[in-house]
Amino acid sequence: MLDVARIRADFPLLAQRENGHRLVYLDNAATTQKPQVVLDAIVDYYRTTNANVHRGAYDLAIRATEAYEAARAKVAAFVNAWAPEGVVFTRGTTEAINLVAGSYGRATLKAGDSVVVTGMDHHSNLVPWQILCQEKGATLRMVEITEDGRIDLSDFGRALERPPKIVAFPYVSNALGTVNPAAQLAKLAHAVGAVVVVDGAQSTPHLKVDVQALDCDFYALSGHKMLGPMGSGALVAKPDLLDAMPPYHGGGEMISRVWDDHSTYNKIPHKFEAGTPNVEGAVGLAAAITYLEGIGLDRIADHEQALAAAAIEKLIEIEGVTVYGPHARGHRAGVVSFTYGDVHPHDIATILDRDGICIRAGHHCTQPLMRRLNVAATARASFYLYNGPDDVDALAGALVKAGALFGYVPA
Amino acid sequence: MDTSRPEPQLSALYQELILDHYRRPRNKGTLEDATHSVSLNNPLCGDEIDLQLRVDGDVIKEARFIGRGCSISQASASMMTQLLKERTVPQAIALAERMSAMMQGDDGAARDKTLGDLRALAGVSKFPVRIKCALLPWNALTDAMKAGRG
Repeated sequence: MLDVARIRADFPLLAQRENGHRLVYLDNAATTQKPQVVLDAIVDYYRTTNANVHRGAYDLAIRATEAYEAARAKVAAFVNAWAPEGVVFTRGTTEAINLVAGSYGRATLKAGDSVVVTGMDHHSNLVPWQILCQEKGATLRMVEITEDGRIDLSDFGRALERPPKIVAFPYVSNALGTVNPAAQLAKLAHAVGAVVVVDGAQSTPHLKVDVQALDCDFYALSGHKMLGPMGSGALVAKPDLLDAMPPYHGGGEMISRVWDDHSTYNKIPHKFEAGTPNVEGAVGLAAAITYLEGIGLDRIADHEQALAAAAIEKLIEIEGVTVYGPHARGHRAGVVSFTYGDVHPHDIATILDRDGICIRAGHHCTQPLMRRLNVAATARASFYLYNGPDDVDALAGALVKAGALFGYVPA
Repeated sequence: MDTSRPEPQLSALYQELILDHYRRPRNKGTLEDATHSVSLNNPLCGDEIDLQLRVDGDVIKEARFIGRGCSISQASASMMTQLLKERTVPQAIALAERMSAMMQGDDGAARDKTLGDLRALAGVSKFPVRIKCALLPWNALTDAMKAGRG
C-alpha cells in the first residue's frame, strides 16, 4: 500500500471538507484531483514562459516552444511512443479518437467496409465510429461481452472473420474496470489486416503503458484523468500512419505554404495541431507525469487493485449489493461498479454525498454496456493513488446507511 | 475550508410516502386507447418515462406511465398520474406550474393542498441536482398538453 497520508498532503482540494465531512473522492474514473506541483507548473508557465509557440523569433517564445515540446517528449517517453512526433496533443481522449475517425477513417473507409468496436466501449470510442460508418455506408460490428464483463474472445474472433478495416477497444473499461488483453486483441486484429485503435483514457493513469509492446496503431489518452489539467490529452500514433493521413482541422500552425486556393501542410505532429495549442495543458500534463513517475505506475496499479479488492469484499457482504465486472484480481483496475437492491444509483449517490463521499451514478457513457448488464444505471466507485482503506470503509459504511433509509436491514 | 451549503436532511428527501410510491407505483402500465403519448428521458442519468393519457374533450380520464429511474422521478410520476384523473387540461397545466414552483423552493406551493401527495417531494428543492428527476414526468405532461393543443 502507498503512504496515502503523505500523498494526500500533495493535493490541496483533498483537504477541503464536503457537507461537514472529510472529502472521500471516489470518482477518479471521471476526473482526478491535481497535486500542487501541477498547479505550480501551470502558474509558473504563465508567470515566466508564456508566449505563442512555434512562431516567435524572440527568446521568450523560444522558451515557450521548448516547454511545449519538452511536454511532448515527456508524454512520448511515458507511454513508450514510437517517436515524439507520433504524439499529437489533443483536448483529450474524445478528440483523439475523433481525429482518427475523421482523418484516417474518412480517408480509408469505403462502402461495405467494417469497423469493430466492443460492447463495453465508452461513447467516445463508439459514436465517432457510428458517424463514420453512417457517412461511408460501412458496417459497425459490436463485439459481445461475457457475463463477468470481459470482451468475449470467441465473438471477437467471429467479428474478424469478415476482415474489418479498423478495430477499436478500451484497454481498461471505465464502467467496469476490466483490464482487457490489449496486446492479444491487437495481434488478432493485425492478423486480418485491421488498424488498431486503443482507448487509453482509463489505462494510462493507472498502469504502466507501453504502446510499442501493445503494438496498437493509435492510442488515445486524457490528461485530466491522470492528475493533469482538463483539456489536455494526446493521440499517440505510429508516425508513418500519421504522415500519410490528411489533416483534421485547418488553420495556422498546421500549414507549410498557403496559396489562394490550396495549401501544403506542416510535418507531423504539427499537421494535426491547427491553431494555438493548449500549452498550459501540455506543461501541466508533463508535471503530472513527473509526479506519477516519482511514485511509480506499478505501485499505483497494485495499490488500486488492492483497494478495489477490499471494496468488493466489503460490498458483497452487504445483502442486496451486486458488483459488476470481473472479480479476479489482475483482470480489474481500481473501478467498482455496483447496484444495491432497488435503491437507484442516483439515490445512493445523493445519500453518500451527505457523508462527503463522491461517487458516480448513471450509465457512465456506456449505454450499450448497461443494456447488456440489464441495468439502467450503476453506482461506481473508482480509486486512485490518494485513496486508502479509510475511503473503502467510508463507502461501505455510508452504503449501509443508504440501505437503512430504504428499509434494508444491515446483515 | 468548508464550502458546503447548509445541510439539508436526507430524511426530508426520502419520506415514507415517496418510497411507497417508488415501490408500489400507482397507474403503472399502458393505455390501449391513449390520446396522448410522450416518452422522455434524462440523458445524464438515464431516468426514463413513457406517459400515456386518455383525454376526453377537455378532461383527462386516464393517466398511466412506464418508467425506469430513481425513487424521486418514479414517485413523482406515480403521484402525478393519481392527481391527473378527472382534471381538465388547464387544471393539469396549472398543477405542473405549481409543481415547478415547489421545486424552486416556493413555500406557498409546498403547502398547496391541490398538489396532494406531491407535497412530500418539497424537500427535493434542497437538492438542486435532483430537481430534474422530480420534474421529468411533469415535463412529459407539459409536452403532451402542448401536442394536444397542436
